[in-house]
Amino acid sequence: MAGLELLSDQGYRLDGRKATELRKVQARMGVFAQADGSAYLEQGNTKALAVVYGPHEMRGSRSRTLHDRALINCQYSMATFSTAERKRRPHGDRKSTEMSLHLKQTFEAAVMTQLYPRSQIDIYVKILQSDGGNYSTCVNAATLAVIDAGIPMRDYVCACTVGFVDETPLADLCYAEESGGVSSLALALLPRGGQIALLQMDARLHQDHLETLIEAAMTACKGVSKVLDEVVRQHLQEVSVLTGE
Amino acid sequence: MLKSKTFVKKTRSGGVMKIVREHYLRDDIWCGSEACTECKQESTVLQTDACMESSLCSYPHYLIPDTNVVLHQIDVLEDAVIRNVIILQTVLQEVRHRSAPVYKRLKDIIHEKEKHFYTFTNEHHRETFIEREPGESANDRNDRAIRVAAKWYSQHLKTSESDTDGLKVVLLTNDQGNKQKAEESGLLVYKFEEYIKSLTANPELVDRLALSNDDKNEITSSKVLFPEHLPLSRIQAGIKSGSFVQGTFRASRDNYLEATVFIQGEGEDGTEILIQGLQNLNRAVHQDVVAVQLLPRNQWVAPSSVVLQDEGAAKDDNVEEEEEEKALRISAAEAARKATGKVVGIIKRNWRPFCGMLNVSQIKESTRHLFTPADRRIPRIRIETRQASTLAGQRIMVSIDGWPKDSRYPNGHFVRSLGGAGEKDTEQEVLLLEHDVPHQAFSQAVLNFLPKMPWAITPEDMVRREDLRHLTVCSVDPPGCTDIDDALHCRELENGNLEVGVHIADVSHFIRPGNALDKEAANRGTTVYLCGKRIDMVPELLSSNLCSLRSNVERLAFSCIWEMNHEAEILKTRFTKSVINSKASLTYAEAQMRIDDTNKNDDITKSLRGLNKLAKILKRQRIEKGALTLSSLEVRFHMDSETHDPIDLQTKELMETNSMVEEFMLLANISVAQKIYDEFQECALLRKHPAPPPSNYDILLKAAKSKDVAIYTDTAKALADSLDVAKVDGFPYFNTLLRILATRCMMQAVYFCSGMDNDFHHYGLASPIYTHFTSPIRRYADIIVHRLLAVAIGADSTYPDLMDKHKQSALCNNLNYRHKMAQYAQRASVAFHTQLFFKSRGILNEEGFVLFVRKNAIIVLIPKFGLEGTVFFDSKDKVAPSIVFDEEGPTLTIQQHTFRIFDKVKVTISLDASNIQHQKIRMALTDPVIPGVSVPVPDAEPQAKKPKLDR
Repeated sequence: MAGLELLSDQGYRLDGRKATELRKVQARMGVFAQADGSAYLEQGNTKALAVVYGPHEMRGSRSRTLHDRALINCQYSMATFSTAERKRRPHGDRKSTEMSLHLKQTFEAAVMTQLYPRSQIDIYVKILQSDGGNYSTCVNAATLAVIDAGIPMRDYVCACTVGFVDETPLADLCYAEESGGVSSLALALLPRGGQIALLQMDARLHQDHLETLIEAAMTACKGVSKVLDEVVRQHLQEVSVLTGE
Repeated sequence: MLKSKTFVKKTRSGGVMKIVREHYLRDDIWCGSEACTECKQESTVLQTDACMESSLCSYPHYLIPDTNVVLHQIDVLEDAVIRNVIILQTVLQEVRHRSAPVYKRLKDIIHEKEKHFYTFTNEHHRETFIEREPGESANDRNDRAIRVAAKWYSQHLKTSESDTDGLKVVLLTNDQGNKQKAEESGLLVYKFEEYIKSLTANPELVDRLALSNDDKNEITSSKVLFPEHLPLSRIQAGIKSGSFVQGTFRASRDNYLEATVFIQGEGEDGTEILIQGLQNLNRAVHQDVVAVQLLPRNQWVAPSSVVLQDEGAAKDDNVEEEEEEKALRISAAEAARKATGKVVGIIKRNWRPFCGMLNVSQIKESTRHLFTPADRRIPRIRIETRQASTLAGQRIMVSIDGWPKDSRYPNGHFVRSLGGAGEKDTEQEVLLLEHDVPHQAFSQAVLNFLPKMPWAITPEDMVRREDLRHLTVCSVDPPGCTDIDDALHCRELENGNLEVGVHIADVSHFIRPGNALDKEAANRGTTVYLCGKRIDMVPELLSSNLCSLRSNVERLAFSCIWEMNHEAEILKTRFTKSVINSKASLTYAEAQMRIDDTNKNDDITKSLRGLNKLAKILKRQRIEKGALTLSSLEVRFHMDSETHDPIDLQTKELMETNSMVEEFMLLANISVAQKIYDEFQECALLRKHPAPPPSNYDILLKAAKSKDVAIYTDTAKALADSLDVAKVDGFPYFNTLLRILATRCMMQAVYFCSGMDNDFHHYGLASPIYTHFTSPIRRYADIIVHRLLAVAIGADSTYPDLMDKHKQSALCNNLNYRHKMAQYAQRASVAFHTQLFFKSRGILNEEGFVLFVRKNAIIVLIPKFGLEGTVFFDSKDKVAPSIVFDEEGPTLTIQQHTFRIFDKVKVTISLDASNIQHQKIRMALTDPVIPGVSVPVPDAEPQAKKPKLDR
C-alpha cells in the first residue's frame, strides 16, 4: 500500500491543516538576561532558541575584520535530544555547517551591518526539538533575538518552507511531510519590501511550478511576519510596563 | 487565517521510534447535508429527501457504513440504488490501508455526483475526534470513532433541522459487538444484510451480498475436508528457513485435480512444482500466491494425461473424489516424475469476479447453487440466490468470498448478470472480462478532465505552435474510421525538393500527465477493436472529435516534416507542434482512385501522387535492407446493418495506398525514435522486435523442405529474399502459406525503456531503432513518446515520472500486457463471430490446406475464411484408427494415407454447440477419403440465407 496521503481529496493534510495554513507559532523574547538578545520560538513541534551577542569588537582572528561593516557569525546546532533518535554530534557536521552558512547569508542581507564597521555580531541558534522546517524556525527565532538585542534591521526576516504535492503548494511542512518525498523550498523574506533574503531548494521541481511555489512561500512568510510583529509589540509593552515608562 | 483550534498531541509508537505529531482539530468541517442550516458550506452533497424504500426505515435517512461493510460489500454499494451515504475519514483510511482496489472503487463512487456520497473528515473535527484509550485496540478505537461520528451526525441533524422531516442517520455494521454498543448509545443501527433485505423496492440486491463469516457454517457438513492454512508468520519463517517455497499457483486447464506452482527464479526462468489431489491443492485458486512444501521424493508423481472436469451435481462428500484421484495415480515411470508438493498456506489471494454460468440445483426450492466459471482453471463456486430460474441460461459474474476448510467449494456471491448466453453483447462482455480489458464507461473523475465544449483553439494554444492551416493536408484511413490520428501532406518546394509532412493528433495536449484521465488511459494502454465494437482508450469526445483529424476543421497536431529530394533521401527533419486543417478524409479506395484518375489534378491528388511516388522508393529501400513482408490472414466481417450479425466474411484487401500511409508512418516512427533517444538516452520509450532463436524456424524449414524449397534464416534479409523466391509450380497459394508459417516463428515486438535494455533492434522492420508515435488516440505508448518529443523540442514541460526509467519500465510492462490481451480479445472476438457466421450457415464444405501436423490431429487453414481448425483423428467414442506420427517430416500416417504440411484437403465445417460455454468450430475430413475417419460430403448446403448473400 502506498505511503501517507499528504493531501486528502477534501483538502486536509495529515495533521488537519489546509494547504495554506501555518502551524501554530508561539514566541517569547528576552529569555536570557546575560546575552544581549535572545528569543525562544515554537513553530508547531519545532522549537528553537536563539541568542545574540554583539555588536562587539572582533574576537579571535582579527584578520577576518571587515572595514566597512560588521561581521556576522552564526552557529547552528541541534540538541542531542531534538530528534526521535538521540543525535550523536550536536554541531559541526556538514548539515549544521551548511545551515550556519545559510543563516549567515540571510542575516547579512537583513541586518544593517554598515552601522558597525570593524565589529562582530554573533548569532547562536539551537534546535531543541525538531519537527520539520528547522531552517525557517531558526531564522524566525534569530530575527526576534536580533530585535531583542536592539540591532537595527531593514525589516523582519521571516522564513517558511513550502512543499509541492498534487499540484498544490503546502505551507510550513512538518517532518512527516518533509520526509514524504515532497519537493520543498525554503524562503526567507523581508516582507515589507517583498525582497528575498535567501531561497534554498535542493529537490527536483519543474520550472513551471516554481513561480506558484514562491508565491505561496511569500504569502506564508507574510503570515509569519504578522505573528512576529505581534510578539515584538507584546514584548515592548511588557518591558515598558516594567521599566515604568 | 489561523483560527483558534484546540491543539492536541498525538503519539504513535511503532517499533522503538517514538513519533510525535501535531493534530489540529477544526471547527470548520461541515456536515455536507442539504437540510443543514448551521453549517456554512458552499456546496452540499447529501440530499434532503434521502429516500430509499426500506421497510426498516420509513423516514429519510443517511447511511454510515463501517469499514468491513465497505470492504466486503462494495459490490452492493456501487449499485445506483444506494445513495446518500456518509463515508467517514476513518473508514476511508482503513479501506486505503487494507485494499487498494476497493479504495479505488470507493473513490470512484464518491466522485460520482448522482450517488451522493459524502466524505466526512471526522478525524480532524473537534467534536468527533477521539483519542485511543489505554488498553483499547486500534480497531476498537476506529469502531468507537465511527460511533461517535454517527452520534454527532444524528444530534447535528436534529438540532439544525428547521423543517423537521425527521432526517436520521443509520449506522451499518456487521460486527455484533459494535452493533450492541451503538444500540446502547441510542443510535439507529442495522446489520448490512438486514438493511439490504429491507429494501422492498430492490429485492435483487440481496443476491449481491457477500457472505459474511458467521452464516456460512450451515452450508456444509462439519466434516473438515481440507488441512488448515498456516498463518503468515509461520509461512514467512518457513520460506526463510527453506522448508517452504513461494510461487504462483497455476491450475491445470484440463484436470481440476492438478496444478503447478511457478517459482520465480533469477530473471526470466523459473521452476515448477506439481500439485496433485484436492487435499494438496488445499483451496488455492488459479493465480494465487501460495506457499508450498515439497513432498518426500518417493511421493513424487508424474503429471497425468487424463482430462478431468469437475462436473455433475454438487458433491458433498468425497467418496467419488477418491475414485477420481485414484485414476490419477497410475504408477508413472520413474523418469516422468516431477517435483511434487502441497500447498500449506496462501500468501495472497488473487480473486477477481469470474464470468460463467449457473448450474441450477436439482432441488427446486434450494437457494444455493453451483456456478461454473468460463475459465476452466477456476473451481466451481457455491452461491446463494433466489433468482436461480432467471439466471439459468445467462452469463453471470460471481465473486469469491471465502473458502472455509469444511467446504468442498468456495463460497461466493452474485455480482451481476451479463445477459443471455450466446447473445452477442453478452459474449462480447465475457470475452472482455476474461481478457482483463478495462471496458467500463469512463468515471466522472476521468470525464472531469475533458475540455469543455464548445471547444475552440485559443491564442494560448498557439504559443509554441506552428500554423500549418494553409497546407493541403489530407488523411487516408479504412472506411468508417472515426478516430483519425494521422494526416499527410506533400508539396514541392521552391528549390525543387519535396516537403513531406506527417501530422499526428496532439493527444498529449489534452491529456495532462498525472491526472485521472491520464491514469485511466495509461491503465487501459490501448484501444481494443472487436468486430463491430471499439473499446476506447480515451473518452469518445477526444477519440472521435477533438483529437480526430477530420476534414475541414481546425485541429491541433504534432507534425513531423521532412525535406526530401526526389530519390526520397531525407535532407532535413523537423518536429513541431502545429495547427492543421485537413482538406479531405479519404478511404484507401478513394485515395487510390484519385491517384489513378488521370483527369484529376487538384492539390490533394497531386499531393497524394507525390506521396505515393516517394512511398514506393521508401518501401524498396526498406526491403533492400532486409525488412520482412509477412502474411497473416485477416478477415473482415460484413455486418448486417440492423441485426449486426455477420453476413459475409472477406479477407482484408491491401491497396497501394495502404502501403503508402504505412511507409510514412514507419518513417515518422523511426525519425522520432532517433530524436527521443538522442535527447533522452536513459528514458526513451522504444519498441523492439527481437530476432527469433534459430530453433523457432524448425517448423518452417521442415515444411519448406518437404516441397524442396530452401529457406535461409541466418538474417532477416536472407529470410526475406528466400521467401520471395519460394514458389512451387501449380501451387500459387504456397508462398502465402509459407509466409503465414514464418509469421508464427516470430517473437513478439515489445515496448521497453532505453535505459533498461541495450538491444534496440527491430527485426521485422530491419531498423536499428523504432518506436510508436503515430497513433496516440489508440495507444498510450504514443502519448508518452509525444511527451518526450515535446520536451525534446521545447514545446512542453517534463515531469518526474517521465524521466524515471524504473517507472517507465513498469509502464512498458503494463502496455505490453494490455497489447497482448487486446490481441487475444480481438482473436476471440473474431472466433466468436466466425461461430455466429457458421451457425447461420449450417454445415459447409470447404477446401483447405494442412498447416501443421500434430500427434493426433492436423490443423487446417481455410483460406476463404481465414479460418483455422483442428481435425482430430481420435475421439472418445470412436475406436482410434492406426496412427503413425513421424516427427521428422512431420507427417502423420493414418491407415494408408499420409498427411504432410501444405496438403490440400477438403473438410466440412460446422458449429459444435454441445457445450454452451465453450462453443467451437468443428471440422471433419471429407477428402481424402479414409474409411472410418473421414465423413461423407453433406448433401446440399443449407439455403437459409443464401439469397441475402447474393446482394
